[in-house]
Amino acid sequence: MSAIPLSHILILACTLFTIGFIGVIVRKNTLFILMSLEVMLNAVGVAFIGAGSVWQQADGQVMFILILTLAAAEVALGLALLIQMQRRFNSLDIDLLSKLKG
Amino acid sequence: MTQTLLAFLPFYPLISFLLLIGFGQRLSWHLASTLSVGAMALSAISSFIVINQLSTQVPVINVHLWEWFVLNLNANLSDVTPAKINFSFHLDGLSAVMISVVSGIGFLIHMFAAAYMKGDENFSRFMAYMNLFIVAMLILVLADNLVLLYLGWEGVGLCSFLLIGFWYKEKANVLAARKAFIVTRVGDTAMAIGLFMLFKELGHLNINDLTATAKTFWVAGDEAPYWIALLLLGGAVGKSAQLPLQTWLPDAMAGPTPVSALIHAATMVTAGVYLIARMNGIFLLAPEVMSYVAWLGAATLLLAGIAALAQNDIKRVLAYSTMSQIGYMMLSLGAGAFSAGVFHLMTHAFFKALLFLTAGAIILALHHQQNLFKMGGLLKRLPFEATLFSIGLVCLMALPGSSGFFSKEAIIAELWSSTTAGPLLWYCAIFGALLTSIYSCRLFFLAFMGRRRFEHELQPSTSQLLRISLLVLALLSVIGGVFANTLTLSLSALFPVLPSDPINEPQWLHSVAIVTPFIGIIFSWLYFADYRAVEPANANTFQDKPSVFVTFCRQGLGFDALYDLLLVKPYSMLARLNRRDIFDQLIMLNAWYVSICHDVLKSSQTGKLRWYAAAIGLMTVLLLLSLTIESFSRGAS
Repeated sequence: MSAIPLSHILILACTLFTIGFIGVIVRKNTLFILMSLEVMLNAVGVAFIGAGSVWQQADGQVMFILILTLAAAEVALGLALLIQMQRRFNSLDIDLLSKLKG
Repeated sequence: MTQTLLAFLPFYPLISFLLLIGFGQRLSWHLASTLSVGAMALSAISSFIVINQLSTQVPVINVHLWEWFVLNLNANLSDVTPAKINFSFHLDGLSAVMISVVSGIGFLIHMFAAAYMKGDENFSRFMAYMNLFIVAMLILVLADNLVLLYLGWEGVGLCSFLLIGFWYKEKANVLAARKAFIVTRVGDTAMAIGLFMLFKELGHLNINDLTATAKTFWVAGDEAPYWIALLLLGGAVGKSAQLPLQTWLPDAMAGPTPVSALIHAATMVTAGVYLIARMNGIFLLAPEVMSYVAWLGAATLLLAGIAALAQNDIKRVLAYSTMSQIGYMMLSLGAGAFSAGVFHLMTHAFFKALLFLTAGAIILALHHQQNLFKMGGLLKRLPFEATLFSIGLVCLMALPGSSGFFSKEAIIAELWSSTTAGPLLWYCAIFGALLTSIYSCRLFFLAFMGRRRFEHELQPSTSQLLRISLLVLALLSVIGGVFANTLTLSLSALFPVLPSDPINEPQWLHSVAIVTPFIGIIFSWLYFADYRAVEPANANTFQDKPSVFVTFCRQGLGFDALYDLLLVKPYSMLARLNRRDIFDQLIMLNAWYVSICHDVLKSSQTGKLRWYAAAIGLMTVLLLLSLTIESFSRGAS
């Protein structure tokens, strides 16, 4: 198995991250925003794993497990908030939650 | 023992004031009046005990309470000893006269006031202010330095304001209180500047040593004492309602009658006289100012006499007569006859308090009717009050035998040969005496003789407190002359005897002075015949349609209108012009700047989460870009 060069891994991670980020910005539905966030987290994970394998270090995998845990916790919280949002506003439009407008 | 009594003198009324202000609303009339009148009684008794300790062997009693603060003339100079301003009392002949008048008459007036104001919903507040006034006045006359004197001076000003506006629900009273406060403030400012100058020149303000220090620094006719004396005179003029700051006194009659008696007749307005008598060392170094004092006094007594002739409110007649009697005191001070002036101060306090309080009793009986044209025929209906009032008027006119006679004749006798007064002022004083007897007779005829002109039934007060205080005051007014010798003796040490030349005096001076009031009485008996007749010959006598001249006199010879035109109107016009204050606008620039920044920042707070995320992303990208460019450029170099 030939080694994949680090630049390819980073390009993939950056692309994934940008896609996720654009998703966060352009989607109005909070559920999709959460999903896009997951994509962004996984992009970071890819970068960690790739870097770990290139330098033959376990730290990258440790970080990925941490990120995975974080993602799980985040999704749990996010979905709970989502349910509350649906109950209170009868909608998942993130733009409706703008009470902090100056 | 004596010192303790002296130290406690102003504190009895002060304690009573604090209690009344603190718990006044919960106290019954009995408790409140016992407290305030009792405190005054203590003050009066202890002041008489203290005064009796004064003798030729013990000319002064000093008591040091505590050090108030230290004044440094110039902090850089180490050789100048800083002046200590002490809270100390200094009792000598002059302040003895003053404290006996303040606490003695004050006690009687408090007694009267307790009866007069019974039933007022703010009775305890009234008595509290009266007590505070006595505190301030006692501090004023007992102060051993001019700073403490100034404390008392401002204190009486404050109490005067509070008491004139006591019935604050009527706008006229409040305006009168404000006017009194502002007009006297003009004088007080002059006085404060005078004190600053005095301190700058002499380095201390102790009343005791001031004359001695002044004599070592200056000789008569120097410029510094001239200006200082002039500024102090400004203060005295404001407080004592002399020209040109006299306009507040007639309006001050808006206050309850005991206030008029206490403040605007017996005690506070004499503070100016006291100040000049106290500062005689400075004034004697400025002979020009002494003659200004005399001329101001003469002008005021004539002006007030003429204005009093035209008044139709009984209290305003008395107010103008107060002004003219203080004019006499000023005249005598200006002529260098200090003890005569102080003696007149004392007798005037007796009979003017009597006049005001009796007027108060009459007004009470007439259901608060103060208009002389609505009185008439009270001699038979209120014999007690009428008798006492005529005693007061006799003293005011200075008929032989009354207390006013002794003091006023003492003043007039000194004028002709005085170096700072002279024959012209003697004529003024005689003419003033003539005016005094004419307006007194007019008042007497209008109020007590003639036809009954009031509508409601009389309701004379039966309070014993009221009657006792009036009787004691009447007694004092009658026998006040007997104090002449004691007073002159105790004051002789304080005041230098000025050189005078009695040989130049014509023989007829004294007889003319004695006869003048009788001429006035005869004149008014004939001229005001309609006022005293039961069936006036001229039916329109009591219609009170004043001619232009009478209206002019009634309004105090147009001084109010003049000041309104010269000062009040331009000032309020300027204020209106500058309503949007220029300096305000400059300061508002700050506010505008802040508010613009606020608007800009506010627009960034959309509350939309996605915009925040986009902003974070954008900023991160920019940050990364800048870092990358930096590292590239570093690598290139």
